[in-house]
Amino acid sequence: MRELEYPFDSEFIRKKRIKLRKQLLADESVKFIEKRIAILGGSTTSEIKNMIELFLLNNGIKPSFYESEYNKFYEDGMFDNPELVEFDPEIIYIHTSNRNITDWPTVADGEDTVKALLDAQLGKFVGLWEHLFEKYHCPIIQNNFEMPFYRLLGNQDAVMLQGRSRFVNLMNEGIYDYARSHENFFIHDINYESATYGLAEWSNPLYWHMYKYAVAVPAIPYTAYGVATIIKSFLGKNKKVLALDLDNTLWGGVIGDDGVENIEIGQETSLGQTYSEFQNYVKEQKQIGTLLTVITKNNDDVARTGFERPDSVLKIDDFVSFKANWDPKDRNLVEEANELNLLPESFVFVDDNPAEREIIRQSIPGVAVPEIGNVEEYIQTIDRAGYFEVTKLSADDMKRNEMYAANAKRNIAQASFTDYGEYLKSLEMIGTIKPFEDIYMSRIAQLSNKSNQFNLTTHRYTQAEIEEIAASGNHITLYGKLEDKFGDNGVVSVVIGEVKSDELHMDLWLMSCRVLKRDMEFAMMDELVSACKAHGITKIFGYYYPTAKNAMVKDFYGIQGFEKIAEDQEGNTTWQFNIPQAYENKNKAIKVN
Amino acid sequence: MTREEVLAKVNEIIQEVFDDEDIQVTDATVASDVDGWDSLMHITLIGTIEDEFDIKFAMKDVVGMKNVGQMVDLILEQLD
Repeated sequence: MRELEYPFDSEFIRKKRIKLRKQLLADESVKFIEKRIAILGGSTTSEIKNMIELFLLNNGIKPSFYESEYNKFYEDGMFDNPELVEFDPEIIYIHTSNRNITDWPTVADGEDTVKALLDAQLGKFVGLWEHLFEKYHCPIIQNNFEMPFYRLLGNQDAVMLQGRSRFVNLMNEGIYDYARSHENFFIHDINYESATYGLAEWSNPLYWHMYKYAVAVPAIPYTAYGVATIIKSFLGKNKKVLALDLDNTLWGGVIGDDGVENIEIGQETSLGQTYSEFQNYVKEQKQIGTLLTVITKNNDDVARTGFERPDSVLKIDDFVSFKANWDPKDRNLVEEANELNLLPESFVFVDDNPAEREIIRQSIPGVAVPEIGNVEEYIQTIDRAGYFEVTKLSADDMKRNEMYAANAKRNIAQASFTDYGEYLKSLEMIGTIKPFEDIYMSRIAQLSNKSNQFNLTTHRYTQAEIEEIAASGNHITLYGKLEDKFGDNGVVSVVIGEVKSDELHMDLWLMSCRVLKRDMEFAMMDELVSACKAHGITKIFGYYYPTAKNAMVKDFYGIQGFEKIAEDQEGNTTWQFNIPQAYENKNKAIKVN
Repeated sequence: MTREEVLAKVNEIIQEVFDDEDIQVTDATVASDVDGWDSLMHITLIGTIEDEFDIKFAMKDVVGMKNVGQMVDLILEQLD
């Protein structure tokens, strides 16, 4: 919904909250993921809950909430409030602020006392988190602390031992340390948000004394947006691609009219510097795994020369797809999505031309199309929208661009073979297919949340749930990793089945579309059968639940040799496979384990 | 703005915030007369009124507000 996209009108959202909520819930084209979220607050949280709800609904996530009583975040969490236990949260958000720092240093305190105050208060938080992890096995989002709204020691408040600013910094470093060593623990950075918003207004004491809000009410949409951004990120709803226009987006001027030597880029002019800074930001996005593409109305040969300038930060091979032509941009975007085996809704479309933006908005719902403003505003607008919010920086993310480049090489290699089997052999593929292992838990959870197309049941799992299943003893789990001579694709397939005496019932079977048509699904089947035999299982039951996106695997089980035994009106199908004594492996191209 | 105009605009804002076009407030209306007007909605309402009239209530004003009539008076005071 346009009203809830960044940059949004906070005043409008607060005023129209009830109406916006109705509209979001009425959209029947959205299949919401439901999540139970406990908000444990150190101040009033009602409006925070309301705003988080709006932004999550806008991301296809339908939350139900538990709210602790005012400032009972610690007691509720630590002493197992029965209501919270019954609610059984899937996500916990601890909304605290520096109003919840109860013992501040005083000017009379020495270093030891300050240290003791710090340890006591950090220890209390750590104890709470440890207990919550132990009890609920779910992700925790924790606010850091914002700067104090006054400084008794003025400019030296952050320097002197007893300063409150220093104390806040130490508390924050303490919780960051914890965050770095705990996978399912995410900091929500209100310190940065309050600075961006303006600390004076953010901390306006009126809202604390009148309503016990630690955040000024007008700022709540911004902080709620931050929380929703973290949640959608770890639920796998981040964007993946930055599709960029060229003229007046990546450089100033029109390359076809002005000539490559006259476009604004580089250090010679202030406009040129601004575009260079933006190109640099885009290049940094690539480093965290965002895929870059170009969609521009230009002649291809002319457009490319812009990146041949020595002062161009971006180079032609930074882009995984390059569409410079005169076709409508919506068509180009859909083509790029197909090339990359991604859905159009994983795109962010950046274009200075409002008419082009409107065409994309109208024709491809789900694509993020920010109102980017003028070039000096591009970075902040894209950055604060949190499209690519990093909650994990997996090795996979950093290698993603390489993988897509390797895919392009594979396509070229494929063209030189007339026999597809010969081509597959030439890839020298090596598969690793094994029960879930600790180092891959986060990747497995990530895949379960973002695979839509090659996904038989579209069951979503948190990392904690994946870990539980791996340890449960009555499941067969397999992850599949695929390497070939062009590169390592990482973990690309996940299978989970529940054991019921001598039957296996498939809860999940998914594969990343980046390895379509590589016979990986057959290699997975072979390993599954062999794991079943080892467990004395004789029958496998497969389930296919249709969604708007997974039609490509409608007959998957049929291809694997299952027999269809049931189908209901919604098109849900059940399949059975009796494991033969002499099962012959289907995969020939991949060398496994 | 006349008093009537301010009251009319306040009425409009209340209809918008509660998403209900049937609400008609008078000077004597209090929060409990309007469905859903709890303390949380009150904050939203105060904020919206401040934004729409481009004014700022002091804490003592908000605390002392007893009914819609007083709200209108406080708005008028600041508009002058």
